[in-house]
Amino acid sequence: MTALLLRDLKLSIRAGGGALIGVLFFMTVVAVIPFGVGPDLNLLSRIGPAIVWIGALLAALLGLDRLFQTEREDGSLDLLLMQEHPLVLVVLVKCLAHWLANVLPLVIASPLLGLFMNMDEVAIGAVMLTLLVGSPALTFIGAVGAAVAVTLPRGGLLVSILVLPLCVPVLIFGVSASYAAVEDPAPFLPPFLILTAITMFFAVLGPVGAALALRNAGD
Amino acid sequence: MTESLAITKFSDLANPTRFLALAARILPWLSALTTLLFAVGLYLAFSTEGDYQQGDTVRIMYVHVPAAWLSMMCYSVMALSAIGTLVWRHPLADVSHKAAAPLGAAFTLIALVTGSLWGKPMWGTWWVWDARLTSVFVLFLMYLGIIALNRAMDDPSRAARVSAVLILVGFVNIPIIKFSVDWWNTLHQPASVIRLGGPTIDGEFLRPLLVMAVAFTLLFFTLHIMAIRNEIWRRRVSTQRRMAARLAGREG
Repeated sequence: MTALLLRDLKLSIRAGGGALIGVLFFMTVVAVIPFGVGPDLNLLSRIGPAIVWIGALLAALLGLDRLFQTEREDGSLDLLLMQEHPLVLVVLVKCLAHWLANVLPLVIASPLLGLFMNMDEVAIGAVMLTLLVGSPALTFIGAVGAAVAVTLPRGGLLVSILVLPLCVPVLIFGVSASYAAVEDPAPFLPPFLILTAITMFFAVLGPVGAALALRNAGD
Repeated sequence: MTESLAITKFSDLANPTRFLALAARILPWLSALTTLLFAVGLYLAFSTEGDYQQGDTVRIMYVHVPAAWLSMMCYSVMALSAIGTLVWRHPLADVSHKAAAPLGAAFTLIALVTGSLWGKPMWGTWWVWDARLTSVFVLFLMYLGIIALNRAMDDPSRAARVSAVLILVGFVNIPIIKFSVDWWNTLHQPASVIRLGGPTIDGEFLRPLLVMAVAFTLLFFTLHIMAIRNEIWRRRVSTQRRMAARLAGREG
């Protein structure tokens, strides 16, 4: 399992820029928003957490369709299916590797983008914390989509369509927790705990669903 | 004993010919009953008094509420069929959830559109980002995603199994829709018919509403059985075509 984790990490970092592409996409998305809404700093700081969250969501979805597809193309997916470790665990480890390589850099980059958005320190910290807790859920949900669309030649767009609706709760609670940290009357903890619960829930459901889909996708 | 009998009856349906025979027997009755109930329901809906506050717009409810119920029931039927596909490999379950997806999308769209038409005079806006509305919209997107996934794959049995997984994962949305009005206090009113302690809605409105709900449910089952029948026929035709093409290739 550790070997698989290391292998996936190395593969995703060494293959063509890997994680940096995701971060670059994230920054581009967030940097484009001010052109759309205008350079009003007050407005930007008010919608900042939401924008950073949406940017992270899109960037996290970007590489997801490749999660199992490269394995399928070079045949190692069949080896993963046939070995004696439970497939659910294998999927879980692959999700973790994907998260570490592609999504964690986004979380690390988010404070910088928070500065772009004229957010104060508390808001930046809250967004980073909620992203750290909530983004694994995105990866786990995305794993189901990636597994479902693994045999499709052009599954990338379809994966996003399938996965985005399921990501809505994560987005809602992530953003509301970030706002709760800034605005006084709303308490921070309840939405944050719900976000944690969503991540835990999908950490179980996601790998199980993805494993089921992978078994059924084989020819 | 009765349960095992039910199971044998159910697995008998795995034979498409038996299902087609059963469908041919049931369908006329079902469609006649649906038409009758719709006639009664619509008559009741238009003959009852309008609400003292809402006036005639309250009649939108008789379409909106059953359609919204049906949009959730259809997803539940699909989830059951998905379990049937993955656990028992029931061939009819494949066809069933594939046929139900467009129906569910249609009912969800009806609920959204009528809700929007009702919202304009009552709330003063076509659309708000209320928890119930948003989660139903997400349901609509999920139906479309499932249809797209089914379309994207050539092999029907594999498409059925893979979309069954997706349907089961997406089922988490159904309780969210059901309880969204209780968890978040936003614009959409909480449940007033199916609740502990009896309905809070007046009998005057309840009667047509229930008749319409039954009529919509029967309409769903009629259309669903028809869609399953069409899908079986479509598959038979394509198999026959393939066989004919093979024969032609051999002769030529």
